[in-house]
Amino acid sequence: MAGPLPALDVLQVGELVADGSFTLTRDSLVRYAGASGDFNPIHYRDDVAASVGLPGVLAHGMLTMGLAVQPVVDWAGDPARVVDYQVRFTRPVPVEASVGAVITVVAKVGAIDVDAGIARIDLTVTFENQTVLGKAQARVSLAP
Amino acid sequence: MNPEIQGRVFPPAPPYLVGREKVREFARAVFATNPISFDPDAARAAGHSDVVAPPTFAVVVQEATLAQLLADPDAGIDFTRVVHGDQKFSYARPIVAGDELTATLTVAGVKTLGGHSMVTAESRVVDAEGAHVVTATSTLVVRGDE
Repeated sequence: MAGPLPALDVLQVGELVADGSFTLTRDSLVRYAGASGDFNPIHYRDDVAASVGLPGVLAHGMLTMGLAVQPVVDWAGDPARVVDYQVRFTRPVPVEASVGAVITVVAKVGAIDVDAGIARIDLTVTFENQTVLGKAQARVSLAP
Repeated sequence: MNPEIQGRVFPPAPPYLVGREKVREFARAVFATNPISFDPDAARAAGHSDVVAPPTFAVVVQEATLAQLLADPDAGIDFTRVVHGDQKFSYARPIVAGDELTATLTVAGVKTLGGHSMVTAESRVVDAEGAHVVTATSTLVVRGDE
């Protein structure tokens, strides 16, 4: 069942609507590789990552993009309400084998289009206090 | 790479049938918890015919079209020099289990900047009736020789 629908007319630009914290481990990367079909070995093999000059095994950018929108999905109450979602991949996320990587997400209202029934939610997505996604925006339909 | 491929439209990729278990598997992999992506009863209660894929699921359907672009000798893209720059999904309607989706890639733009090339690949995804479902747009940065 869909969660309660957030009311567009009481939202304020800049308002925090959702946040979250996600711990990525190598298991997460293997799971995403299988689910998505992206088996690029830089996402699970240290030797391959090192051979192409990377700081270590990296999270799939699309995994970071995929999890970052989840707090917004939960706020909106239905994944179908996210009608548009875009990001820029600005910084890689190395996932250390023993401790993993913690990604934090803060979602705030970026703009409101009352006539279209759409709120633009801007995401700040960070790893070790550095932003890893740029211009991360989800447009969410809140029309009843 | 070859800048002349701007505007090229590739043949449609083979149809992709969206399975319920694939939606659940993908949803777990992106840390989704919303029951509408897992439980058909919850999805139906929200007005959908079956479980709804997470917003980035369209990348799975788009992938076959990007593979076409990267494998095209005329495009001349060196796969080992490709970095994913930007990604965007614009939905006309959500993807639900049971959909049969067909994606067609258009090279929407090619820009060259200081030895690097930026290719904007736009994959338009339609359902079995030919109706637009989602457009997945990737900007790929192809690093030049250093």
